Amino acid sequence: MKITLEINGTEKSVEAEPRTLLVDFIRTKLGMTGTHIGCDTSNCGACTVLLDGRPVKSCTLLAAQAEGRKVTTVEGLATGGKLHAIQEGFHAEHGLQCGFCTPGMMLVGAALIESNPHPTEDEIRWAISGNICRCTGYMNIVKAIHHAAEATATQNTAGVA
Amino acid sequence: MAVDTQEAARQAMGGIGVSLARKEDARFIHGQGHYVDDVVLPGMLHMAIVRSPHAHARIRSIDTSAASAVPGVIAVVTGELLAQHKLAWMPTLSGDTQAVLATDKVRFQGQEVACVIAETKYIAEDAAALVSVDYEPLQAVTTPQQAIAPGAPVIRDEKEGQTDNKIYHWEAGDKDATDAAFARAAKVVSLSTFYPRCHPSPLETCGCVADVDPVTGNATIYMTSQAPHAHRTLFAIVAGLPEEKIRIISPDLGGGFGNKVPIYPGYVVATAASLLIGRPVKWIEDRTENLISTGFARDYHMDGEVAIDADGKFIGLRVHLLSDNGAFFADAQPTRFKAGLFHIVTGSYDIPAAHIVADGAYTNKAPGGVAYRCSFRVTEASYFIERLVESAAVETGVDPVAIRLKNFIQPEAFPYQSASGFEYDSGDYPRAMQVALDKLGYQELRKEQAEKRARGELMGIGVASFTEVVGAGKGKEYDIAGLRMFDSAELRIHPTGKGILKLGVKSQGQGHETTFAQIVAEELGIPASDIEVREGDTDNTPYGLGTYASRSTPVGGAATAMVSRKLRDKGKLIAAHLFEADVADIEFDHGKYFVKGSPDNVKTIQDIAFAAYTNLPDGLEAGLEGVTYYDPPNMTFPFGTYLVVVDIDKGTGQVKVRRMVAVDDCGVRINPMIVEGQICGGLTEGFGIAFMELITFDDEGNCIGSNFMDYLIPTAWETPRFELGETVTPSPHHPIGAKGVGESATVGSPAAYVNAVIDALAHLGITNIDMPVTSDKVWAALRSKGVTE
Amino acid sequence: MFPAAFDYMAPATLEEALGALHQHGDDAKVLAGGQSLIPLLKLRFATPVVLVDIGRIGRLEGIRRENGHVRIGARTRHRDVESAADLRGALDVLLDAAPLISDPLIRNMGTVGGSICHADPAGDWGAVMLAVGAEFVVRSSSGERVLPAAGFFEGPFTTGLHADEVMTEIRVPITPGRSGGTYLKLERKIGDFASVAAAVHVVLGGDGRVAAAGIGLCAVGAQSIKATAAEAALVGQTPSDDVIAEVSRLAAGAAEPKADIRGSADYKRDVARVFVQRGLHTAINRAQGATA
Repeated sequence: MKITLEINGTEKSVEAEPRTLLVDFIRTKLGMTGTHIGCDTSNCGACTVLLDGRPVKSCTLLAAQAEGRKVTTVEGLATGGKLHAIQEGFHAEHGLQCGFCTPGMMLVGAALIESNPHPTEDEIRWAISGNICRCTGYMNIVKAIHHAAEATATQNTAGVA
Repeated sequence: MAVDTQEAARQAMGGIGVSLARKEDARFIHGQGHYVDDVVLPGMLHMAIVRSPHAHARIRSIDTSAASAVPGVIAVVTGELLAQHKLAWMPTLSGDTQAVLATDKVRFQGQEVACVIAETKYIAEDAAALVSVDYEPLQAVTTPQQAIAPGAPVIRDEKEGQTDNKIYHWEAGDKDATDAAFARAAKVVSLSTFYPRCHPSPLETCGCVADVDPVTGNATIYMTSQAPHAHRTLFAIVAGLPEEKIRIISPDLGGGFGNKVPIYPGYVVATAASLLIGRPVKWIEDRTENLISTGFARDYHMDGEVAIDADGKFIGLRVHLLSDNGAFFADAQPTRFKAGLFHIVTGSYDIPAAHIVADGAYTNKAPGGVAYRCSFRVTEASYFIERLVESAAVETGVDPVAIRLKNFIQPEAFPYQSASGFEYDSGDYPRAMQVALDKLGYQELRKEQAEKRARGELMGIGVASFTEVVGAGKGKEYDIAGLRMFDSAELRIHPTGKGILKLGVKSQGQGHETTFAQIVAEELGIPASDIEVREGDTDNTPYGLGTYASRSTPVGGAATAMVSRKLRDKGKLIAAHLFEADVADIEFDHGKYFVKGSPDNVKTIQDIAFAAYTNLPDGLEAGLEGVTYYDPPNMTFPFGTYLVVVDIDKGTGQVKVRRMVAVDDCGVRINPMIVEGQICGGLTEGFGIAFMELITFDDEGNCIGSNFMDYLIPTAWETPRFELGETVTPSPHHPIGAKGVGESATVGSPAAYVNAVIDALAHLGITNIDMPVTSDKVWAALRSKGVTE
Repeated sequence: MFPAAFDYMAPATLEEALGALHQHGDDAKVLAGGQSLIPLLKLRFATPVVLVDIGRIGRLEGIRRENGHVRIGARTRHRDVESAADLRGALDVLLDAAPLISDPLIRNMGTVGGSICHADPAGDWGAVMLAVGAEFVVRSSSGERVLPAAGFFEGPFTTGLHADEVMTEIRVPITPGRSGGTYLKLERKIGDFASVAAAVHVVLGGDGRVAAAGIGLCAVGAQSIKATAAEAALVGQTPSDDVIAEVSRLAAGAAEPKADIRGSADYKRDVARVFVQRGLHTAINRAQGATA
């Protein structure tokens, strides 16, 4: 069947079996490998994408369920060559080591800041509790998201002023 | 003033000690990391593995006809087919053999039985479900005690001369001296404990893309490999492919933790399939396959005792360990040591006599044991001694900090010869302990504990002061499958003063592209940003033994420093030529060459690099490059003290970690930010191991813990917030004074967490709870002492 | 790790969906959020011939109050209950349970109705719905039924829902009076299923006695359990510590836990007791602090 969705602002229409998982659609049909597969029981979150702005596990969705909807992957974070605040935060605070969980973590972080511009540490840890990291012990991921929140708030205040 | 500008220069340069932001981040934050599953080659096929549902069974027959008939299936490979090419069995890294695809029997649940190669991974999995295997189940051996009991079914009946399930017997230390110590002891404290099976479980599973070109015979294998050169050599031996035609490319790795050191059947079959079919073959395991069949960790039963004199000093240590190695002895460890470096078990303590006895057994479980940041079994040893010292503290009525301070190897004693044959390079254990105590506020917390205890509330403080041993290692003593454990660095500086550094080690997230550039920056004065670091491609890097057991900085880092010095020294010859001076009068300071006495008349390293191609003295070869293969003179011995505070819910048995203070000493820190990142990761793994991670088996050998619903990895919500501290005691033999650190926290922290729980419960008479310390176990222990909510 | 092949349809109307279910019977499965079904499909524990995706159908989501009920569209996501702050005071137990379901990513897609119909014995909503005395509106091509939560959960993954029915709405009565409730869950980590969980919902009368009580347990039996004897022992009582302790013991007696890797049967039963006890204290405190 043909599946049509908007990915990172661009509409894509590709033929795929109904059983195609969204993560496989993204990786194999669309050739975008920034979204990763880390488990087979929907527990690790490495496959996280944003569906209409909300973080979801793309391994636990059929591509068909994203029909007509907006999907954002890690490749869609930077705009016009400019890094998203979340990407800058992860780099500044050493929020990544092997990088495998990073796309998912950044998308969850970006979505969190959108809805909660000043998250506490507890709120950050709660928001990423569906994403496993084996390398960092989460300390710097929390710092990275906090960094991004501060930077975004400063920028927004500056914009308003 | 001068110091400030020097420091500013170092920061700008990205030299040692600078928390330089990572150079490799760019591709990862853009989602452009290049992992093995991201590799797509023209004509590439996909492989799925059919695995045994039984822990122990004879194979009567395999019917692949239905699978082969599925449209899109190119081939179905069985052990029988491999046997025709002498590939059904392969050697392991421990001198045993391992089935690639089962022929006569299956020997663990999840063992590889057949492989389906198809146009897409969905078709491969559909067809794999149609492979029909007729099994005759046999009695499964699920514990090593069962395995070594008389009459147990022989698992490795295909091995000539193997009449039981025993693998090895190994001893270290001095039995007589130890017996004598125990004979004169005033007190003997013993402990029996089990370090259960857990799994490194990197977030990226294992896999490969094998591309054997049918015309040239060149085999390019993209592989999740922590040791690409060693793997290339082993592939050549196992698969009979000429080594100069094999190129192993280990690209970006999504974590390793020792899981990507062994050679797995999937790699071998994918390569053989590519060779036979003439198209690239991709095999990427799923998480269940990773947990059920790849290199697990620990599974060590340890019994031991410490002899204590009337003064409270430890005078002897005995440990017996029984190792569950699974169905094949496939430990990735130096060949001389059947129990890895377990004999570091005297730990941080000055124990004059020790005797270690190790026995290994086969069971019907996945093969392995040496993995998961274990430093070659140092996790087991460190856990045991720190738990035993806790028992000693309780039984002798001494505070666990005081008993350690009394028995620590003192700073003046280094280099220290341990009773089990190690020469510890440097250490200052009391200082690390003091920093930790101050950071925690130890005395106040003991007061709080006393008050809470009086009210019937359960609070505990756990201590662990570990010393571990990393940096394998001196070639005469350390080899893997015969390959000596040197490591290498090849450095070339270009005419424009930038350079490329190629390494024999292989990062899986440890930040080598940054930290190794920092070493060059420090040694040669070229900014770290100007040094490109390459690893993982065997065609383009010097031979090395790879990254595991925290060896990269001790060995690869040393090689990098030494090769930088080689170039520095060649630079002096060029500088002498440019200055028309005697080379003996040339001085060098952080990238600047000058004649003795004229420090303001400078030629920079960039000037020298340009001259190396344009203006050379007669007789000197052009270029500014070199390679060093470094044979470390000794191991390095990082250490630390970890303190954990827990509160226990009497009603549910749940343990909450209130605080976790970790003071580490890994000698000179190249990049403090990266070191701290490694430590936080390790403390989290230790937390998971202590409280929730477990692979276990029922009586039939069914694996429990073979997916992430059952194998529990902590999330950011459960994971404690760590408080880090440091001391710096350089390694005297390492060129830059650095030790390894990647595994310290996983080595040292489990005992700290468990000791905290035991400390909370010891007054009730509870002396041990084996890991994982789950809430039901705590509740049961409390209930057994009549404590309830 | 990938589903077996199936035919797929995503009807725009409920009638179409019900027609398809009527036609295909046991060969069809309903896809709502997919957070319970898709993992089963991937493990090939479920191999439907036809998947009926009800994701496009209008008016199946949303939370509103009407006629003394809170009406939750069956396809309402868990996270939408989590953020329904105005339920505080009336149905604390829903607000306390929602954030504890699985993890935040699952909650963004998983649905209340889907989870209830899936009826995992450790599924959180089952205990909650039993505690609040919910009713489930289900439709088929032949009409509509309203099924009380009590009795809906028949066994593991087995409910009173027929193969050709779709749940459209969950109705929770708002009992007049001061109410309070909570949900306590023992889980080994975020994202884990409950090892033991208890949902508690009480309403106090003007005299300070318990006018209504609901106690639901999950993960301690073949299906979610309504602790009716415990509830009965609480209703009409002044909720003293002793009464609460006794009620908790009765509730634990209703549990039939199985020993497994999470713990012994005794352990689970005792945690159920502790949770009901703690939960009732919280619920009563909240109810006493509430305005009528």
